[in-house]
Amino acid sequence: MNGTPGKPATLADVMAQALAMEREAVQRYDALADVMEVHHNREVEALFRKMAQIEAKHAAQIAAEMGWTDPSDEPPSGRSPFAADGPESIPEDAVHYLMWPWHALQLALSAEQRAEAFFAGLAVTAPSAAVRQAARRLRDEEREHVALIRAWIEKTPQPGSDWAEDPDPPRYTD
Amino acid sequence: MNETCSAAAVPVHGDYKSKTKPVWCPGCGDFTVLGAITRALAALGLPAHEVAVVSGIGCSSRIPAYTTCYGFHGVHGRALAAGTGLKVARPDLTVLVTGGDGDGYSIGGNHFMHACRRNVDLTYIVMDNHVYGMTKGQASPTTEPDWDNKLSPGGTGIRSFHPLVIALASGANFVARAFSGDTSGTARIIAEAIRHPGFSFVEVLSPCVTFRPEQRGWKELVHQAAVDPTDDAARAARRIMTDDGFNLGVLYAGARAPYPLKRTGTPCEPAALEAPFACGEGAA
Repeated sequence: MNGTPGKPATLADVMAQALAMEREAVQRYDALADVMEVHHNREVEALFRKMAQIEAKHAAQIAAEMGWTDPSDEPPSGRSPFAADGPESIPEDAVHYLMWPWHALQLALSAEQRAEAFFAGLAVTAPSAAVRQAARRLRDEEREHVALIRAWIEKTPQPGSDWAEDPDPPRYTD
Repeated sequence: MNETCSAAAVPVHGDYKSKTKPVWCPGCGDFTVLGAITRALAALGLPAHEVAVVSGIGCSSRIPAYTTCYGFHGVHGRALAAGTGLKVARPDLTVLVTGGDGDGYSIGGNHFMHACRRNVDLTYIVMDNHVYGMTKGQASPTTEPDWDNKLSPGGTGIRSFHPLVIALASGANFVARAFSGDTSGTARIIAEAIRHPGFSFVEVLSPCVTFRPEQRGWKELVHQAAVDPTDDAARAARRIMTDDGFNLGVLYAGARAPYPLKRTGTPCEPAALEAPFACGEGAA
């Protein structure tokens, strides 16, 4: 279940929230890459690692843009430990041990679309003009990511309907 | 402890995750339960070295290795016995006992009832997937009687165990149901269970995507309890016995005094206990 973070009041707040979302996405992609590594799905592992690197770059860009060179410079993200997953994180239960890179990209696409929708909403509803402006820019960046992933999917082989058939299945209870 | 945790003054949930990579199947509900436990510990600000995670045997019982807390991966069905001993010996520790439905309700079924009855201040988190996953898909105590598969053709025909009712009837002081697909809600319930005095039981519906792939559909079935928790055991029993099994939330929060962890009697030296049974040379 992906949640919607609360509304930021200042430019620093919205950028801190965006930074937290990117970092959460990095952690989740890394965790999913670990899962695929353990289950010897090397192609999807590599894709999730690549996505983690891309999200880490976005996080670094946000921090650099705000002049936050040290974690102590950053304002609190306002994220409670009880907060639902951020919009840019892939749900942990959405993966399969035989999934193809195409499936992984579909999940990444959904995550970017959720992030775009989040910032689009903020661009309209945030009380501060500075936050709305920043949200519009972040929305446009997420929109670019959506387009990039769509292009990536176009170049990625699509699995057939039998992709989940395992000739040596872990289960024999069918 | 499995690894040294962050020295940060305010712990974050990542501080409670060890570097050991889980071997659970991709998509397994236990990943998010691990995340919920670490979030609950972060929310409560409990240092990892003041928490012990005790388990038995099964897929979900691997959890201690995946945390930076103290851990004990014990024998099958005996997690509650080990956890109880630890809590009585070290009341200063927060003790979480974790496991699955086979470990907790079958092999450890008797320990489950008596742990509820004793009401020692523990939190018991059961990841229930209605199947023995680690041993390749046999029916467990919570498996539906009509689950048809090669190992139990036509289903076992045996009525499912109802852990929440058993917990309540046996004296658990806190009874809740959560769903692994809702990390945030599960974290809140686990935090509340830890805070609640006495024996707290949290049943987490945690799909086994390998042997019960149809359980991915549970996310469409779960719903939040429509009413607030009650401290009336009879009312809670009626609710739990008549719900659909997908009702999430704290279903009972009682006020029974926990088992006292400080002994009040006069300690007896082991030698004094052994004396009447001594035989051979030197026997009285």
